[in-house]
Amino acid sequence: MRSLRYARATDAAEAVRLLVDAPDGAYLGGGTNLVDLMKLGVVEPGLLVDVRRLTSDRVERRGDGGLTIGAAVPNSDLAADPLIRTRYPVLSQALLAGASGQLRNAATTAGNLLQRTRCGYFQDVTTACNKREPGSGCSAIDGQQREMAVLGASTQCVATHPSDMAVALAALDASVHTTGPSGRRTIPVTELHRLPGDEPWRDTVLEHGELITAVELPPLPFATTSRYRKVRDRASYAFALVSAAAALHVEGGVVRDVRLALGGVAHKPWRARRLEEALRGLPASADNFAAAADAELSAAQPLPGNAFKLPLARNVIVRLLSDLAADRPYGDPA
Amino acid sequence: MDIEIAVRVDGADHRLTVDARTTVLDLLRERLGVTSPKKGCDHGQCGACTVLLDGRRVNSCLALAVAHDGAQIVTAAGLAATAEPADGDGLHPVQRAFVERDAFQCGYCTPGQVVSAVGMLREAAAGWPSAVSVPGDEGTVVLDEAEVRERMSGNLCRCGAYANIVPAILDAARR
Repeated sequence: MRSLRYARATDAAEAVRLLVDAPDGAYLGGGTNLVDLMKLGVVEPGLLVDVRRLTSDRVERRGDGGLTIGAAVPNSDLAADPLIRTRYPVLSQALLAGASGQLRNAATTAGNLLQRTRCGYFQDVTTACNKREPGSGCSAIDGQQREMAVLGASTQCVATHPSDMAVALAALDASVHTTGPSGRRTIPVTELHRLPGDEPWRDTVLEHGELITAVELPPLPFATTSRYRKVRDRASYAFALVSAAAALHVEGGVVRDVRLALGGVAHKPWRARRLEEALRGLPASADNFAAAADAELSAAQPLPGNAFKLPLARNVIVRLLSDLAADRPYGDPA
Repeated sequence: MDIEIAVRVDGADHRLTVDARTTVLDLLRERLGVTSPKKGCDHGQCGACTVLLDGRRVNSCLALAVAHDGAQIVTAAGLAATAEPADGDGLHPVQRAFVERDAFQCGYCTPGQVVSAVGMLREAAAGWPSAVSVPGDEGTVVLDEAEVRERMSGNLCRCGAYANIVPAILDAARR
């Protein structure tokens, strides 16, 4: 058995230094995914740098009307936060649609973003998987396809990103603040995760040692009218087959603005920009929602075992936007 | 790598050296002989290992002991001491409700169910919403069967004793 070292840095700069010096090192947050992957033999870090007590565990107001979420805020606390619940209800709902009460208590905001796919082949070291073992092949493409991606996949990998929270953050134009070997930067959540291409082992654009310190939520006043809808194989405590996060601004029956992202369909949270462009300025009707969904999904390349995800995604989108259109609209006095 | 840590488990202080990969669950069961948390799946899927870690319910199988140096841990075996008022039979009100409602069959998941329920009732009392709560209803949680089922979905019972577990928890919530 390999030896495992454990270190607790005093600040972010020291944490980055520790990882830069340890190519086989990893950051430890709540551990709910990493510890499991270590037990499965999927990852074998030689060093864990504990960052849970290093970054902020608070949600704070920003001068521009947005919010800053500390990287260590537990999923439970974020879901229950009064500012999140009133200003960005879709984020609270997405968090509560994921995992279990116990896991949400331990899992952190940054850890949720960086969790690995739950593709059964990725988690089973006896099978071929390009994400786990580059060049070994993809067992899913000709295997169990039910949970796999229908958008943006490659011949190397058809895994999906499992986070619900990240889908809401992608819809809300959130960004992550990082500090790493090359300094600090800010990355939109929609650009944090990658499509698999021919490097499916790279989940995100982060370099080794780059640490997420916070998530920034910009002001989006009409996000008070926002919701998350998730379809899965059991009523609770399961990953999405398809999910959608959306905020909708309807005025006089016309779509003034809309944000929508899909989960369970791609290697990353799938921001539906084509749908958003198609809908702006059109009457908020089920027919228009369906046509916009079709426009977004026209680029899909499903496998025989997951083609059901296309009508499912279309129906989830239409139902979600119809529900939002029926909600008390943003700007309408109570 | 061996690291010295201190933990308080069910009111008793311990200081010991653990390998970095030791989970809180293995620390409790294999090192300290506290066997009320159970190793069901060992992957955070079944909830049988649930403990209160610094007051919050978590899966102890996914928590590394070294990351929780100085933690206060309460297991099912130590729950009664946390209850107010203390029960004459040495049972926490949630445990008493499980006995009265016959809320178990083989009993293997029960310590995790009971600890999880205690943590869940605290979360509900604090106004934390769930996936079945009505959005916009901030600050108050009215526990009903749907709320209990959703909030307890991280605890699986292979005997299927849910039909009695849910009423037991609702009984305890009303006390």
